[in-house]
Amino acid sequence: MTTTESAENEGLLVRRIKNGTVIDHIDGGEALNVVKILGITGTTQEALSIATNVPSRNMGRKDIVKLTNRELSKEEVDRIALISPRATINIIRNFKVCEKKGVEIPTLIEGLVRCPNPGCISNTNEPIRSRFKVLPEGLHCCYCDWVITRDITGHII
Amino acid sequence: MATRHIISIGDFDREEIDRLLDHAAQIEKKKYDENALCGKILAVLFFEPSTRTRMSFESAMARLGGTSLSVGSVEACSMAKGETLADTIRVVSGYADAIVIRHPKEGAARLAAEFATVPVINAGDGAGQHPSQTLLDLYTIRQSMPIDGIDIALIGDLRYGRTAHSLASALSLYNVRLHTISPKGLELPAAMAASLAKKGMEIIEHDDIKDVIDTVDVLYVTRIQRERFPDSASYFNVASSYRITPELLAGAKKHLIVLHPLPRVDEIDPRVDASTHARYFEQSKNGVPVRMAMLMQVLQ
Repeated sequence: MTTTESAENEGLLVRRIKNGTVIDHIDGGEALNVVKILGITGTTQEALSIATNVPSRNMGRKDIVKLTNRELSKEEVDRIALISPRATINIIRNFKVCEKKGVEIPTLIEGLVRCPNPGCISNTNEPIRSRFKVLPEGLHCCYCDWVITRDITGHII
Repeated sequence: MATRHIISIGDFDREEIDRLLDHAAQIEKKKYDENALCGKILAVLFFEPSTRTRMSFESAMARLGGTSLSVGSVEACSMAKGETLADTIRVVSGYADAIVIRHPKEGAARLAAEFATVPVINAGDGAGQHPSQTLLDLYTIRQSMPIDGIDIALIGDLRYGRTAHSLASALSLYNVRLHTISPKGLELPAAMAASLAKKGMEIIEHDDIKDVIDTVDVLYVTRIQRERFPDSASYFNVASSYRITPELLAGAKKHLIVLHPLPRVDEIDPRVDASTHARYFEQSKNGVPVRMAMLMQVLQ
């Protein structure tokens, strides 16, 4: 493939947006989970572009998510770090990158992950949101002390 | 000052535990003010059956001059109408100066502490925490020997048994060697064992209590629940091999003590009750001074 062809293909995959957020360097295959974490559903109004398994020099393959007319908050962005710690966030205004930042793993996450313990009080009709401390060994439920050590995306609410 | 709750033994450091147990020892010697909690009301919210924990909390409150309010049975309270625990706690906070709660869901006491405006004491939340039991277990060990330097065996259901988990966790604050003996499938959870080992605790797994009976200073027996087995025959088969008998204890150290959070079913032969090793009824009795110390800690 020539450089021009490559650029054309890339252009098709990742068309520029005027305003919004570009999440780049998502681990290959995790884009749909990123979208899930951001709470973007079929009823969301924003235009959304997803490119998966794009060749990347540093990562081998990566995913990209573009969201028009929405600038993500720090809390939203940091949640992405749970599944894709190398992701970078570009805030776009009038086709220009106005802010570029990495993601930081949060110390506490609320309302994002369901506790897998069926006996946990957070899995009832109580007026609380699930709450997990982010520890090196995994996500620690603040209510029942259960630790999620793998498949975090499988527990996203 | 922030409201002081007692939710998990993990919230205590060693110094706090020792201080509370020292206080309980003073109380046991009758060195306390019998009107220390005069005019104070304790709400006793038990959503699961209990004999020892509930009665010893009520006894502790009465001995300090306070009174207890009980919610009665679950069927008789608003929870039966679908009220959330959060609402119940908010309401009861207006009636009492402290709340002691037992609930079938894990984390219920922590939720209660979030919504209460008075101190909350966890008296057992499902398979989760039971800090007052752990404190009285430690207190009973301390009555016989210093906790540092002992070999302790946990025997029985170490997978689901909340008392064993809480005790093991508290013992990791001391210099203790832990021996575990449990039926297949009811072993100490791997994550828990790893966490204890990380804190520097030496854990040795055994297949048979006989392998370790001449080594240990404390034998902590827990109930093997019949419902964990597919049929009665396999339960009796397993339970009989974990039964503590005078014959087994014949090979034990003279000062060995046998503890059990009670109720026991078949785990300890009644003939052991008369031996110098048996401490489980003493342990149960210790629930009163230890819970008096806990109530004074949160209410004074």
